Amino acid sequence: MNQIKVFWNGLVKENPTFVLLLGMCPTLGTTSSALNGMSMGLATMAVLIFSNLIISLIKSFIPDMVRIPSYIVVIASLVTILQMVIKAYAPEIDKSLGLFIPLIVVNCIILGRAEAFAAKNDPLSSVTDGVGMGLGFTMALTLLGGVRELLGTGRIFSFGIFPEDYGALVFVLAPGAFIALGYLIAIVNRLKN
Amino acid sequence: MAYILIVITAIFVNNIVLSQFLGICPFLGVSKKVESALGMGAAVAFVLTIATIVTYLIQKFVLEPNALEYLQTIAFILVIAALVQMVEIVLKNVNPGLYQALGVFLPLITTNCCILGVAILVAGGTYNAQGLEPDLLTGIIFAFSTAIGFALALTIFAGMREQLAMMNIPMGMQGMPIALVTAGLLAMAFMGFSGVDNGLSKAFGL
Amino acid sequence: MKKLASTWYNMTIVLTLISVVAGAALAYVNDLTAGPIRMIKEQELQDGIKAVLSADDLTVESTDETDGVIVYRTDKGTAVQATDPNGFGGKLTVLVGFDNKGAVQGYRVLESAETPGLGAKAGEWFQKGQKGDIIGMSPEKNNMTVSKDGGEVDAITASTITSRAFLRCVNAAYEALAKEDAQSGATRQAGDNTNEED
Repeated sequence: MNQIKVFWNGLVKENPTFVLLLGMCPTLGTTSSALNGMSMGLATMAVLIFSNLIISLIKSFIPDMVRIPSYIVVIASLVTILQMVIKAYAPEIDKSLGLFIPLIVVNCIILGRAEAFAAKNDPLSSVTDGVGMGLGFTMALTLLGGVRELLGTGRIFSFGIFPEDYGALVFVLAPGAFIALGYLIAIVNRLKN
Repeated sequence: MAYILIVITAIFVNNIVLSQFLGICPFLGVSKKVESALGMGAAVAFVLTIATIVTYLIQKFVLEPNALEYLQTIAFILVIAALVQMVEIVLKNVNPGLYQALGVFLPLITTNCCILGVAILVAGGTYNAQGLEPDLLTGIIFAFSTAIGFALALTIFAGMREQLAMMNIPMGMQGMPIALVTAGLLAMAFMGFSGVDNGLSKAFGL
Repeated sequence: MKKLASTWYNMTIVLTLISVVAGAALAYVNDLTAGPIRMIKEQELQDGIKAVLSADDLTVESTDETDGVIVYRTDKGTAVQATDPNGFGGKLTVLVGFDNKGAVQGYRVLESAETPGLGAKAGEWFQKGQKGDIIGMSPEKNNMTVSKDGGEVDAITASTITSRAFLRCVNAAYEALAKEDAQSGATRQAGDNTNEED
């Protein structure tokens, strides 16, 4: 299988956020700033790459009927490892993402890719798919985080663009997350046609 | 009185979907009809309460005494998955009517992040127990009210989407975009409840 | 390669095997990271106490906990850690430094569930020179509530709830300190500055 095609597929054609609409909880919950969105995207990408790799390596040893529980164990272990590593070496990220790190386990993107891609393809393509999908997710979260941070506080990556007093705080709050994502998807739909 | 406060806070002030962003997938996915929204809400309330009790007991009597807290995520998700399966089997045999109503939603619940999220919050005692000791009882009350909050948000949202389906919506906004903007407006309405918890806690003299 | 058949024997073996490997991997990583995690927590508390008392070098002389409020007495002043359950998203934990006269010398938000980027602003808003400056105020002399409630402190724009929770923490911290000072006056003279009656 053509690696570039697999990668491009995850990044653009089947972008998990804008096209497949998967993993909405972290997408909305962690994108109050561009940096938070990017950290969440990268954390998810790390789990996705390793879960795709491991599952495509062990797929032939797993009986069909216990497929899902086995995948869940693999994914949950990877998430826990990531959580411990983040706590030990990047406590700031742990503070800003909080509960959403263990919740990577139930992010539909990861189980979805395990089932739809890694269980049917060789390890190399699975890793490529993980990188593509992961980057697509990271890109979407960073973009949404950037838009919310800019409109809400006048900054991107904490870098001032316009005075904070002109920002519409609602974009940093919960309602702004829904509305900003709604319009971003509408723009993506428009570009696609 | 503090218990009433936990209920009100969990349903309105810190609504799990509209202000905590948990359980968004079913919120967007199963909200096209009020009827299915009610079914999903009931199924979540049922599983969430049971799952919280079981995971709390596992945390306190298995994980903590053996210093195995780091197995929390993996243990909880397996328990929730197994529980959903069990609930499905039990319902099928004991109450076929209820199974008919909830059956389709049960498999979807395993990957509903509000179940795992609430289980982790309750087991760690990191939810707002309004000054009470975060024990099993407050945990159950918190979990059940959270689920009611989920069902409420889902049902209101489904009602709005039923109306939306009859509207003439600009091309690019059809489907998910308009649903998200609607959800945003609903979240804005729920923001009006913020502060109610503090006022009530004063009124109750806590 | 052909998949293993779904017999009971195969399924049990595979699931057990995966769980054992996963458990072992987790135990190993847990072992590896436990040290750094503990160090970071201690470091954060140390840094926090130093920051709120604006001292580069100090020694904690005693630590004392009552009802969740922790009083750290040092040679450069006293730092008190207090928690309020009713922040915007839940718990808010603040470390406040007091000088000998009971005036606020500095503070640091240790833990918050506030809306990131908004309620989280509490970390800067009440510092010296900022709009809600509380440095130098003392809960004894000043009315340390938000101006909406008749107090002297400007609340964070659009985050009155967070501001109230924050100020409740500061006041609770001061109360704990004042209470302890009143009680332990006698015992401290006897060369013991921990509070035993409590």
